[in-house]
Amino acid sequence: MIVELGSFALILSLVLSVLGAVMATWGRIQRRPVIAGAASAAMLASALAIVVAFAALVFAYVTSDFSVANVAANSHTDKPMFYKIAGAWGNHEGSLLLWCLVLTAFGAVLGLSRGLPFGLKTSAVAVQAVLSTMFLSFAAFTSNPFNRLLEAPVQGRSLNPLLQDPALAIHPPLLYMGYVGFSVCFSLAVAALIEKRVDPAWGRWVRPWALASWALLTVGIGLGSFWAYYELGWGGWWFWDPVENASFLPWLAGAALLHSAIVTERRGALAGWTVFLSILAFTFSMLGAFLVRSGVLTSVHAFAVDPERGMMLLAILGIASGAAFVLFALRAPAIRSMATFAPVSREGMLVLNNLFLTTAAVTVLLGTLYPLLLEATTGATISVGPPYFNAVFAPLMAVACVILPAGPFLAWKRGDLKGALQRLRFAALLAVAGAGLAFVLFDPKKALAAAGIGLGLWLILGAIFEVAERTRAMRAPLAETLRRGRNLPLGAWGMALAHAGLGVFILGAVVETGFKVEAARALPLKGEVAAGPWKVRLDEVNIVEGPNYLAEQGKLTVARADGRGREKTVTAERRFFPAGGQTTTEVGLDFRGLDDVYVVMGERGQTEAGEQSWVVRLYWNPWARLIFLGPLMMALGGLVSLLDRRLRVGAGPGARRRKEVGA
Amino acid sequence: MRRMLTLGLLAALVATTALAEPAVGPDRPLADAAQEARARELFTDIRCVVCQHEAIADSPAAIAADMRALVREQIAEGQSDEAIRRDLVRRYGDYVLFTPPFRWGTLVLWLGPFLLAIGAGTALFMRARRRKPEEAALDEREEAELDAWIKADDESGQA
Repeated sequence: MIVELGSFALILSLVLSVLGAVMATWGRIQRRPVIAGAASAAMLASALAIVVAFAALVFAYVTSDFSVANVAANSHTDKPMFYKIAGAWGNHEGSLLLWCLVLTAFGAVLGLSRGLPFGLKTSAVAVQAVLSTMFLSFAAFTSNPFNRLLEAPVQGRSLNPLLQDPALAIHPPLLYMGYVGFSVCFSLAVAALIEKRVDPAWGRWVRPWALASWALLTVGIGLGSFWAYYELGWGGWWFWDPVENASFLPWLAGAALLHSAIVTERRGALAGWTVFLSILAFTFSMLGAFLVRSGVLTSVHAFAVDPERGMMLLAILGIASGAAFVLFALRAPAIRSMATFAPVSREGMLVLNNLFLTTAAVTVLLGTLYPLLLEATTGATISVGPPYFNAVFAPLMAVACVILPAGPFLAWKRGDLKGALQRLRFAALLAVAGAGLAFVLFDPKKALAAAGIGLGLWLILGAIFEVAERTRAMRAPLAETLRRGRNLPLGAWGMALAHAGLGVFILGAVVETGFKVEAARALPLKGEVAAGPWKVRLDEVNIVEGPNYLAEQGKLTVARADGRGREKTVTAERRFFPAGGQTTTEVGLDFRGLDDVYVVMGERGQTEAGEQSWVVRLYWNPWARLIFLGPLMMALGGLVSLLDRRLRVGAGPGARRRKEVGA
Repeated sequence: MRRMLTLGLLAALVATTALAEPAVGPDRPLADAAQEARARELFTDIRCVVCQHEAIADSPAAIAADMRALVREQIAEGQSDEAIRRDLVRRYGDYVLFTPPFRWGTLVLWLGPFLLAIGAGTALFMRARRRKPEEAALDEREEAELDAWIKADDESGQA
């Protein structure tokens, strides 16, 4: 009954979205606020309906209702409750419902938002409603999660055990809020083109959505990467896998967007470009959905391998983005840039930032789609993997990072490059010294890795010096510095935090990639294996029973090879899930400062002496902590920026001006 | 009872899988540290041909272990990295290397991003140079437009 209610709510939501689209269009053409208001109400109702549908699906999962095909295919009575619930979005149909939930909810927020000019708001609601209609139709007609089975099985086929993990349970909701958040930027951009009005006020509406979506996407991707790091059991955190690339594309476009939106908002320049990026970011989100769900790519994470659904998604992508880009091509030439600026200026630097971020996105796009295109056109099969991205993506981003710290030191309109470099000379000196020191100290000697460390330090120091400059730290009395720090807009703090976070990430990525050491050995009980400065002893192996798995659990002692420092015990498991017949590994992780000592239990075997033995793989991942800390800082920076009063509705420069007048 | 049963099941499964396919033991690293380092470097570039998007360095599959052994063997025989790559491409096709080949068909892939960065950068630079850096003060029309902006801005702020 509740499942039928969910199915009904899904259809109702679709109908309401269609209604919203029609009424918003009508209300806009007739300029009738009442009808436009009704469209907003329809969007809200559509969102509420999909909340009901989603709750019904979760209910089916919680009660293990195996008469529902989706539940039978993806759940199991033995699963812990947390993963039964998370299982609702751990599959194609359920995750698509989540996508629709976020899409309609953001449409409702857009409809409820105040302060947007009538035309812009109504057009944006109309576009968002059309997007909702397309995705809801796709969910209702090709991927309905509420389809019943004629004969309900006694037991479900269970969720892929790899996905039974806390990080992966909350990864999709965050990721989808990020992906789909860009739909609002998309709708606002198309609305601006329809209204032929792209101005700083528009920039101020787009920027918070871009910022929030980007920050959520950062956390989502970071969690996914962390999951891959400790769940797949081979110590990697980024594989340039097509599906990873698919999530990275909107991230790069979003990063470019939130920077260009600053220029549009503050200076009224780059308006056309910001519109373009707004369309592009959500286009990449939809492209990602298509790539993951259509089965055109082979990947560790591929979702539903179904060409028919793929064709539908491709059609949605083609219609939505195609229409938006055609509109852009027609209207963009009329968008006049408001302001001019010298090449050396804050705007100029942000243009450079966009040049590099966009080129980086093109690189990732090429690397992801080229094998497909080449095979389709010539039949030749190639692989594009890490070596390609290291050779093309990394140098482009490295140049961008070298330029980055100078940006915040330049004034708007016309900057003083010499002055900026002068104020950054100590940061540069320290970064170069750091790189030199790293080259001498790290073993083996790697010039490129040392340069990467210098680059990371340069970003961190650049951010610190920028805040120091603005608060006159060390040059003014402490009280004065603190006062200036308090008065520094949150946007400035957020920017510094995010830029430093990028530096922290680079430090971690470079050191981990350049200097990790791994070793593998078949160990009998009390056997030892060493990697880098660490050694691990296999103390005991037990068979333990989990809620829906059996595991061989090894208890291992991690200690420094030279005997200094404390010993720590970690457990690593090899889990066997009888429901699906799969085996997974639970990595034993010993956090040592910034380093990880990473232990994986492998198969059981026998040594030559006939003793029982287990293959133990040991990784020393130096500074691995920073790889995940960096993105967290970047997302936090985005969040801090988002809290800046200048971004809050009704608190723009106008509000401040009024306050001053009143005072 | 259930526990006994499942443990028995596990034991049976371990036994049967062990019979079906000998467990993949750890690799035997090459004695020469420099050669072993070369081998590991190569492993990251070679795709496991039955896996989805994994290098043989990471893959637990049996064929990846075989390929690693093959590469180590060839290194021990004194073959160059280039020769080993060529041999792999001869056996499995271009697909086996994560580094795409550099030829006419892949020119756009390899050079496209750099050409785009340089081309767009040059175009932007030329445009910036053409534009007069000294902007005249706002003309009347622009002033009027600016006033309109500020007014619209205030209105949007008030709502």
